[in-house]
Amino acid sequence: MKKRIYSVLVENRAGVLCKVAGLFSRRCFNIDSLAVGETDDPHVSCMTILSSGDERTIEQIEKQLNKKLDVIKVKTFDENQSICRELMLIKVKYNKGNRKDILEICDVMKAEIVDMSKNLMILQICEVPEKITLFISLLQSISIVEVARTGTLALQKCSESDN
Amino acid sequence: MNGADAMVKCLELEGVSTIFGYPGVAICPFFNSLLQSDIERILVRTEQNAAHAASGLARVTGKVGVCVVTSGPGATNLITGIATAFADSIPLVCITGQVNSELLGSDVFQEADITGAVESFVKYSYLVKKTEDIPRIFKEAFYIANTGRKGPVLIDIPIDIQNGLIKNFHYPESVNLRTYKPTVQGHSVQMKKVLKELEKAKKPIICAGGGVFLSDSVQELREFSEKFKIPVVSTMMGIGAMPTEHALYFGVVGNNGKSYANRAMNESDLLIMVGARVADRAVSQPDLITENKVLVHIDVDPAEIGKNVGPTIPLVGDAKHIFHYMLKHEMESDYSEWIDLLEKYKTTMVRHRKPNPEFVDPAEFIKILSKKMKSDAVYVADVGQNQMWSCDNHIVKEGRFLTSGGMGTMGYSIPAAMGAKKGDMTKQVVAVCGDGSFQMSMMEFATIRQYKIPVKVIVFNNSVLGLVREYQANTYKGNYCVVDLSGNPDLEKLSQAYGMPFTRVYNMEHIEQIIEDFLKNDETALMECLIDPMDTTK
Repeated sequence: MKKRIYSVLVENRAGVLCKVAGLFSRRCFNIDSLAVGETDDPHVSCMTILSSGDERTIEQIEKQLNKKLDVIKVKTFDENQSICRELMLIKVKYNKGNRKDILEICDVMKAEIVDMSKNLMILQICEVPEKITLFISLLQSISIVEVARTGTLALQKCSESDN
Repeated sequence: MNGADAMVKCLELEGVSTIFGYPGVAICPFFNSLLQSDIERILVRTEQNAAHAASGLARVTGKVGVCVVTSGPGATNLITGIATAFADSIPLVCITGQVNSELLGSDVFQEADITGAVESFVKYSYLVKKTEDIPRIFKEAFYIANTGRKGPVLIDIPIDIQNGLIKNFHYPESVNLRTYKPTVQGHSVQMKKVLKELEKAKKPIICAGGGVFLSDSVQELREFSEKFKIPVVSTMMGIGAMPTEHALYFGVVGNNGKSYANRAMNESDLLIMVGARVADRAVSQPDLITENKVLVHIDVDPAEIGKNVGPTIPLVGDAKHIFHYMLKHEMESDYSEWIDLLEKYKTTMVRHRKPNPEFVDPAEFIKILSKKMKSDAVYVADVGQNQMWSCDNHIVKEGRFLTSGGMGTMGYSIPAAMGAKKGDMTKQVVAVCGDGSFQMSMMEFATIRQYKIPVKVIVFNNSVLGLVREYQANTYKGNYCVVDLSGNPDLEKLSQAYGMPFTRVYNMEHIEQIIEDFLKNDETALMECLIDPMDTTK
């Protein structure tokens, strides 16, 4: 199984996300992560899809995506050819005893506190997916209330795009 | 001009002569506007058959088939017909009425999310939100349906959009879709590679699929095969690409095909697949067609290449263009040893049936039927044992062989035959079905009678779902379950009810004369052949 990133430019129309997601489920392709957002052109959205499979599957995903009439362009690359980031907001319960530990973890992981009440705080981190997962595991001993992650965003590295 | 008038105008501008449909309130504005048009409208008896009929018409004319139904159940009934067309890449434009756009999503009477429901088996779909978009959407829909890898396109139009006003009707001359640019011309480097391999090859073979018809390259295929003396086999969808009795044609491949055709394909050293998907029924072991040989895969859909088998030379493009290019090539070729060997396989690897003389032998019957049919006749096979027997024994001369190959939809033959006849009234059209498939669309005899569409229908009656029975005999040691059709209607009385001539055939006695009489006039007739329930396709 190989991992592969697909950066898919699509027409920004109703139902397109459903069509692309439906293609993956119908053809039994994996979606490890999916993130969608408008680009600089409001008529165009960019979907970043992380998938995995054998070589034939990876090729089929690209071809099948290209076949969809709402898909403008499919770029595909490996993780090591790309810059990946994921954003996470995580709400934790804290008390006097662990507050310092949390701050230390945040300091090391370059996370910041973006909201706070008497016993709850929301931390924000923007990192590569592995670090996000590590951050969660570090906070596991402290009480996690809820987590929201964006899914991976990725662009091909500048040096790779030059070629 | 309202939206409905615009819809009709678009169909006229696309050269649509016949539509198959079933009205309901949500599509009534369209049908009302249709009164002002010369487009012929045919009221089928169930929506699924509107799609099959449009498919039959499309396959015979090469034009886009059009069916129009109402919202909700009308639209959902159409789904199997759309899926059937999609599986065989048949160009259709399916128009469905929809509830008022302001009520969409509120589950009102006869509302169904049809664009959502058909997403995985349409080439594209539209939900029209503005009346002024109608001309552009229709232009795009016809273009998308009948270019590249062809297929059905659905247009869902809410009733208020049909009733809305359109000030300046302007039908676009061309389509400009940044996301849709099918590759038509083959890549010259790849085509040169193919020709180079052909020069080296000792045992080349072409496997022709349905794409040969869809790209209108039957003539080019034949010229190519004849010019370089390359033998041809076909998939079920490719039947008729070469006349069955052509000296260079060696039968249908696949599970239900000829064993000598499979052997020819497996033993070749250069296999050129044209417009075929390499799907499981045609090629059950993809390894066999890549081992010890060069595999060339020609298809207009890049996603088909490498989906089921990895070719040595992928060649994306329209078969017609590719054959044109390759026909310009000159080379000495002599594959006569290979052809002699295939000829030997063809004469020695013959399946011997042991027909029960008390019944009609379907294999022999079909052979005689095809000899008696006009040389350019259209033969429509249904699904079941009848399809296997037809595929195995029908002899195509210059006509067509139509069947639901990819989806295997029972009940396809009668409506498709009806559509094929409407597509070309000069052609003799014969539908062959089983008693199971017959009963899935026998209601269309009313349509056939009402609109005077003369088709010949032959029912192989064995009072059983034969292919499933055969499967249960082999797989479940003859423990039959839910295959008994003994409640069948009396077909003689049925044909009286529809006012058409009827012939019942008990066995092979005087069969030639019986078939000749049956085919004699260009009028609808029903023939029932009694088949041994225990007869098998293998």
